[in-house]
Formats: sequence, structure tokens, C-alpha cells
Amino acid sequence: MIQFDQVNKWYGSYQALTNINERIAPGEVVVVCGPSGSGKSTLIRTINRLEPIDQGIIRVQGQDVHRKGLNLNAYRSGIGFVFQQFNLFPHLTALQNCSLAPIALKGLSKAEADAHSLALLKRVGLESKAHVLPAKLSGGQQQRVAIARALAMKPPIMLFDEPTSALDPEMVGEVLAVMKSLAAEGMTMVCVTHEMGFAREVADRVLFMDAGQILERAAPADFFNRPQHPRARQFLSDIRSPYASLAA
Amino acid sequence: MKELIDVYGLYFLIGQYPNGPLGGLALTVLLASLGLLLALPLGLLLGLARVSPLAWVRWPVSGLVFVVRGTPLLMVVFWAYFFLPVVTGHKTGQFDTMLGALVLFDGAYLAEIVRAGLQGLPKGQFEAARSLGLSYGQAMRRVLLPQALRHMLPSLVNQFVSTIKETSLGTIIGLSELSYVANQINAQVLVKPLQIYSVLALSYFVMCFGLSRLAYALESRLNEART
Repeated sequence: MIQFDQVNKWYGSYQALTNINERIAPGEVVVVCGPSGSGKSTLIRTINRLEPIDQGIIRVQGQDVHRKGLNLNAYRSGIGFVFQQFNLFPHLTALQNCSLAPIALKGLSKAEADAHSLALLKRVGLESKAHVLPAKLSGGQQQRVAIARALAMKPPIMLFDEPTSALDPEMVGEVLAVMKSLAAEGMTMVCVTHEMGFAREVADRVLFMDAGQILERAAPADFFNRPQHPRARQFLSDIRSPYASLAA
Repeated sequence: MKELIDVYGLYFLIGQYPNGPLGGLALTVLLASLGLLLALPLGLLLGLARVSPLAWVRWPVSGLVFVVRGTPLLMVVFWAYFFLPVVTGHKTGQFDTMLGALVLFDGAYLAEIVRAGLQGLPKGQFEAARSLGLSYGQAMRRVLLPQALRHMLPSLVNQFVSTIKETSLGTIIGLSELSYVANQINAQVLVKPLQIYSVLALSYFVMCFGLSRLAYALESRLNEART
């Protein structure tokens, strides 16, 4: 479904992605983790071309997504993207946020689009907030609306770029629950996240990145119980006991 | 004062109209209104060009903005009035000259306000719109501009108020707008400059203040709608 072949990317002289080779199967849920600055966000953003690449090929459902002449807008409408900062459109209600793309791109009438959007909002538990502006919603609610908005074009693939990192701790659960239900329905998902509980429970595979490289790829149980790469071991021990280095 | 109003009041308001060209307060209002009406779309277009990812769109407009910003309006008016006819071979009327200079001048300033409004939005707004599959134009029209225009409103009003006052420069090319008419009246009456110029100042103040209040009301209505 998503395939990286020998992908390299530089920011100036800094290499952000190094020799990325990866295959993600339809219906697979992949969690990408690693320390900050490791290239996780860059990796996920290259999939829908929010970031260009310098070398290699990324194929999604068979087509080279970084080639010239690709119908980029049509391609992107088939991929849902959820941002760390939600990025809801503040001048539009929750419902209008969801209906914007279907009306503008599919030519749906407002009534048709709103009916579908309302169903999506119901699905994320926010039907009652349909006519509320984002500023009146909590962080968790905003992120759930953002997920509903990303689902509005019925994409077969969803990308999540640290969807819970900007949330207060008590709101993380409601967003993860929505993501979990999507995974259960067979959505192909790539999630950059530090939520190790989510990775353990929902992911089919975990990719561990550092310094722009994928250092380890494993089933969650293997990754958490028997990490192979020394850097991965270090990372896991750091997130499990964040104060250990202070004590030492 | 009453005598002054009786004799010159109508002249102050509408110039020599209907026996001659429209002038006075009416001409100033007409000039300012047309100026705003035409400068706003021009400023919007130039502002969009200023943030365009296409260099061949961005560069000429940036050049124009720098030139206009580095020149006094008075110069632009002189240039349009004395130099343009030499180049084109046509003599342009005073009103059209002044209107053209105002629209060009304010268009360039408005372009910078539009640019600041757009660039002040979080980058994630554009990315979110594009990642839904909206085109550049759709993202601008439906997501970025509606937000940017709200933020820009105070600066826009500032520029509009300036435009009203800038119409007074029409005097120097003999356009019979409000300041010109007041000057004429003063030249005839000679002994009451304080009264005449006070009424002139008050007239500008009322127009500018009125526009400010109108914009303020619009702003608070927009804010109300948001909450």
C-alpha cells in the first residue's frame, strides 16, 4: 500500500532521512517512534508530499507520489492527515470544517456533505458540538473533530503526526480510543506517537527511528520486550524511567 | 459665521454644481469612496502576488510596492498629472489623475497589509487545507483569506482613513475638492481663516471618525459571531 524505496532527504547539509526502505501493507497499523529530531515527522510528511524528497521513490497504491505531473490535490484527498496542533479552521464550525473538502472537491451539496459530516462527528462522539467553533472545544475534542475532518473524503489511508502530544494528559485517552476504533475497522494507519500503550495494544508493527534511519522494525511485543538495537534499548529505558539519568 | 454659511455653504458642499463641475465635500466623498472601492481589490491582488510561490509573479509586484512606498504621494500625483500626458499623448482629467494616483498608492500599501495578514497565520492552516486536497486557490479563498481579513481589519481601516485625507492633495493639481474649495472661499473672504479652516478640519474629522466607528462596529460584530 505504501512503499519506500531507498528514500533520502536533506535539509541543506543535514540528512533528515537516510536510505529508507519500508513496505506497509493494506490494513496495517504502523507506529513510528524515536527520539525528537529522529525524522519521524519528516518521514510521515513525505507520504502525502508535505515534504519533498531528494532521492528514491515513494509509491502509494502503486503510484509514484513524488513524480512531476501527479494530480497532487486528488492524491492528497485520498489520504487523511492528522496534525499535532489539530489545525482546525478557526472561522468554521466543527461541521463546516468537515464539510469543506467534500463540498469543494466532490461537488456535494451542502446538505449531502453535512449529513455525512454529522455521521462522522457522531462517530467521534461529537455530534452535539457540530455547530460550535473550534475555540469553544477542548484540545481532545478539537483533535477528534480533526480526525473526523480527515475522514471526510473517505481516505483508505490515515496518517497521524503526534496526534496526542499537544493534549493535556486526561484527553489523550479519548483521541486514542477513536484511533483504535479506526484500526479495528481495517484502516491503513501510520502513526507517529509516543503513546507506547497504544503501540503495544493496537499496532501491527513498530518502526524505531534515530538520526533519519529506521534502526529497528518489529512486532510491538518484540520491540518492547526484546529491543535489538542498542539505541532502541536506550530510548525505551529513557521513556520508562525519565528521571534515571538525573539519579545517576 | 451665519453669513459665511449662507453665502458659501452650498459651494463648500457641492462646488459649482449644477452650473459647473461637482466639487467640495461631495467630490471628496466621491473620490475617497471610489478610491477605496478600487484600491481594495487591487491591494488584494497585489498582496496575493506578494506571497505567491511563483517568482515571476512575486518580483515585479515587490518592485512596484518598493517604488511606491519610497515615493511621496505628492510625487505620484505630479508625475501622473504632468508626465503621463507627455508619454501617452492624452491629457487626463484632474479627477481621473487623482483617483489613479490614490488607487495605485493605496493599492501598494494595502498589498503589504494583505501580505502581513496572510503570513501572520499559522503555517499549519495552509498545510491542513492542502492535505485535505484543496488547491492553492481554494486554500486561499476558503481558509486563509477569511481568517486573514479579520486580522487585517484594523490596519485596513487605518489605510482607508489615510485615503480620505490624501484626497486633499488634489488641491495642488487644481481639483476642486474640499480643501481647494475652502482655499477659494478663504481667498475671497480674507478675514475669517480660523472659521473656514476649522470647518474644513471638522469636515475631514467627521468623515474619518465616522469610518472608524463603522469599522469598529463591524469588528465587534465579527468578534461576537466568533464566540
